[in-house]
Amino acid sequence: MLNQLVLENLKHRPVRTILSVAAIAIEVAMILTLVGLSYGMLDEAQRRQRGIGADVIIKPGSTSVMSFGGVTLPEKLVDYFEKQPGVAMATGSATHVISGFLESASGVNLDALTRMSGGFKFLAGGPFSGPNDIIVDERYARTKQLTVGSTLRLWDKDWKVCGIVEPGKLSRVLLPLPVVQDLAAAPGKLSQIFIKLQDPTKADEFVKALKANEQLSGYQIYSIDEIVSLFSVEGVPGFKPFLNVVIGLGVVVGFLVVLLSMYTAVLERTREIGILKSLGAAPGYIMGILLRETAILALAGAVAGILLSFVTQWAIEAFGSPALVQKVVPTWWPITTAIALVGALAGTLYPAMKAVRHDALEALSYD
Amino acid sequence: MTESPIIQIRGLRKVFHLGEINVEALRGIDLDISRGEFVSVVGPSGSGKSTMFHVLSGLTPATAGSVTIDGVEIAKLDEAGRTSLRKEKVGIVFQKYNLLPTLTAEENIEIALHIAGKPIEWTAEFKEILAVLGLESRLNHKPRAMSGGEQQRVAIARAIVNQPAILLADEPTGNLDSKNSEAVLALLRDLNRRLGQTIVMITHNPEAAGYGDRIVKMRDGVIVG
Repeated sequence: MLNQLVLENLKHRPVRTILSVAAIAIEVAMILTLVGLSYGMLDEAQRRQRGIGADVIIKPGSTSVMSFGGVTLPEKLVDYFEKQPGVAMATGSATHVISGFLESASGVNLDALTRMSGGFKFLAGGPFSGPNDIIVDERYARTKQLTVGSTLRLWDKDWKVCGIVEPGKLSRVLLPLPVVQDLAAAPGKLSQIFIKLQDPTKADEFVKALKANEQLSGYQIYSIDEIVSLFSVEGVPGFKPFLNVVIGLGVVVGFLVVLLSMYTAVLERTREIGILKSLGAAPGYIMGILLRETAILALAGAVAGILLSFVTQWAIEAFGSPALVQKVVPTWWPITTAIALVGALAGTLYPAMKAVRHDALEALSYD
Repeated sequence: MTESPIIQIRGLRKVFHLGEINVEALRGIDLDISRGEFVSVVGPSGSGKSTMFHVLSGLTPATAGSVTIDGVEIAKLDEAGRTSLRKEKVGIVFQKYNLLPTLTAEENIEIALHIAGKPIEWTAEFKEILAVLGLESRLNHKPRAMSGGEQQRVAIARAIVNQPAILLADEPTGNLDSKNSEAVLALLRDLNRRLGQTIVMITHNPEAAGYGDRIVKMRDGVIVG
């Protein structure tokens, strides 16, 4: 009976119902999109690090793990590391920013990287054959609408796309190493050195030995497992507080929207509330109606928001930067639903208290 | 042994505090109504008849005096107690029908059962009453699809579905044309005769008042006849 009354009330005011559901959907979609982007980009970074095929990574001491700039490692260190016991091979890359902090290109020794990583899968075209050649991954090509032979303008220069590869190795944009060193004005320098061991299980031991070497004390030395773990939700400093802020904002949005919506609903239905009171409805009964309405709005909004997050995922993939990857994170669906419910129910409390405190006689004469 | 009145009022006073002014709407009412009686309360505007109605229905508390309905002293009840009173002892019919616009006629009646915590099912006797009220073919309609007379009949059905001790009707024909007014009044009398339902009807219309067994006249907050 109560559910019938609640559903009829929601149907009776379709615009208000739709707007409330839409606002909650946006709240949920916002959280899922930001969480999805965070997880997606971190997962993508992890994948590309692992895709190199290295067991140990060396970075300059002055850069953060998350950044890929700082072309300051001497290239001759590659030979040094290749001569160390237990090392199968070593190679390096130089990174140069394309735009902002999200998009960058990597200069590589393609042959060495191919051997280390197990090979690039070319979906079209092939390796570098000229100084202006550029290789992009499939996601980059799709976003920028590139094919083999297309011209790509970067750093005020035209580059020819010679190959399109499957994503997941180091970077979305690859150029010959000397070209990037030239662009970065850092000849003979690298951003990172990758080391493949004869026995990958000895990576931790190898890292420990390198760190004990005083001559290498100015460098950051990580096993691949260690560096990949830093590209995680728990590993990135400030990430959890960032998420908490986003969630907090989401709760506030949901709370305010529902507060305003239910406040007007209670005002509009003053007389109905008076009728229920005249029939002997206790405060809990009236509150129950309003809270049920809110719960239905919140659940409908949550479902719509989850669906909307698939739309944002599509939109980001279709129109966004190739650096942006939004992952679907199903474990957050119940979390965002709970956030929507809590915010909405909290927003209903004040209007509901107002409703139950209405004098029945006054409410009955309200027009 | 004589049965005690179902409604017993002694020294009922009601004072409204409007800013710095006190308005004494009821100035000491004494009234007994027997079980099964149909009493019409008449009086001009400001006589206090509506205020007495509101006190009897528990919609407003008394300021002083004693009011007993079916053995329950209601003058001392708090808000929760008066809410229970409306659920269990008192059925109310308003001038403006006061049906819930989003529910059908059937649902408007059922919600009274639901609020009272009773099963949503109608007894054979109640189905008979629905037939007497002429509502069988209108139960699936919402109030906006019903005439004033039909809505008032739904309101009457809703008021008696819980078999209340008393049925209070506040100007039940106030918003109806003469034909529908006669029909509603006749139905109230029929319910009184058929079910022995105690009815107290507030009206300013002397013709309507004539449908009751007894007429109580009020003026300036007291009973004058």
